Amino acid sequence: MAHGHEHVSNTKRIWQVFGLLSVITTVEVALGIIKPEVLHTNTILSMNLLNWIFIILTVVKAYYIVWAFMHMEGEKASLRWAVVGTVIFLILYLVFILLVEGDYIYGVFANSTIKWNF
Amino acid sequence: MGATVTTATETKVWGGGNEPMGASYGKLMMWFFIVSDALTFSGFLAAYGFSRFKFIETWPLPDEVFTHFPFMHGVSAPMYYVALMTFILIFSSVTMVLAVDAGHQLKQRKVAFYMLLTIIGGLIFVGSQAWEWKNFIKGEYGAIETKGGSLLQFVDATGKRVKLEDFVVQLPEERVELKRSNATWYMTEAETPTTYSVTEVQAAFKAHPELRVRTERIYQGTKEDLADARLEKGVQKVKHKEILTREASQKMMDNAHMVVEGANLWRNEYGSKLFADFFFFITGFHGFHVFSGVIINIIIFLNVLLGTYEKRRSYEMVEKVGLYWHFVDLVWVFVFTFFYLV
Repeated sequence: MAHGHEHVSNTKRIWQVFGLLSVITTVEVALGIIKPEVLHTNTILSMNLLNWIFIILTVVKAYYIVWAFMHMEGEKASLRWAVVGTVIFLILYLVFILLVEGDYIYGVFANSTIKWNF
Repeated sequence: MGATVTTATETKVWGGGNEPMGASYGKLMMWFFIVSDALTFSGFLAAYGFSRFKFIETWPLPDEVFTHFPFMHGVSAPMYYVALMTFILIFSSVTMVLAVDAGHQLKQRKVAFYMLLTIIGGLIFVGSQAWEWKNFIKGEYGAIETKGGSLLQFVDATGKRVKLEDFVVQLPEERVELKRSNATWYMTEAETPTTYSVTEVQAAFKAHPELRVRTERIYQGTKEDLADARLEKGVQKVKHKEILTREASQKMMDNAHMVVEGANLWRNEYGSKLFADFFFFITGFHGFHVFSGVIINIIIFLNVLLGTYEKRRSYEMVEKVGLYWHFVDLVWVFVFTFFYLV
């Protein structure tokens, strides 16, 4: 194996990551079913706390899948940036544009003199 | 042609003799494929977000839509089934890494065993998704679409959902389905006829004074909402669908245009028409990825059994399909969040 990284067995870490991902998923599902009043009605930056928690936990999960399972942690920094940097930048850009536009169109419908939903 | 030569020394060498970014050719290309596929999926999810923001006041509430669990009829179990599917997929991801890990140590039998578990996990996931689709398409409660295109669902005076079949009676009607034998080539029935007709639902609604109509709008509890005389007092919950008073319900029912049962690409009983389209398209595209992942896994599994990689003294192919398989899992994590949780 003329490869850069060592090939010792990583089984222990794999199971640890699996445990972590399971715990996060369980927390997400529990919150999704209970929908605690405090989290659901209070908002920060026009998104409610519950959704913030869901999105942050999702990103944490994604990090562990990419870093541990896809073994990104063992790759060179150049590969990491080429893949993750590109994706994150383009997704943030796309999401920003589309959500702002969607919200604007909502406003146009809501303030128009035409009743469209009856 | 260096990449296709299967001896151990040459698989690691790109044409010029070095490895850009420290990765073999196949692995780097798999990463770049994943980048482009990730952007495709984010395009879909961002489009979903766009439509949801556009119809933010009337979008269906996912925990009211996905409430089924196998062998539990009539029990509302929001999210449990998707959670189970998520666990299955994460677990098949784990067995995949274990296969890759065993490959590093050149343990052929272990690789084969873990690959097999991964394939089984993938098949269970695809099967679960099919079941979920079946429930979604079949629907549960039924609804009415008005002339204006908005959707009416039925609740009793306490706000509990009522199925069409629970109160509508089929009347003897003269309605006949258009058969091929009575039609010329350009004539087709618009859609499969629904179980109940609009007149039947309207008559039954009149006969059941305890029934109310639930609109698509989400109740926010604002001052305007509180002052709105059309809304039934005492049953509204913030961030739930609005329930109309009996009089307002009756008025809406006079506007009824068609009966909606279940879901298809044109309309669905859950609410916004786009909701079902996105559901079919995004989970379908993901399911297709899982399916092709299973096929690729089977091919690699057979190769492991045949000893192809044992001869190469390298299990890098397992690693490459592993990358794809984890990516499918990764996408599901996002679909799960944005379709079912948020």
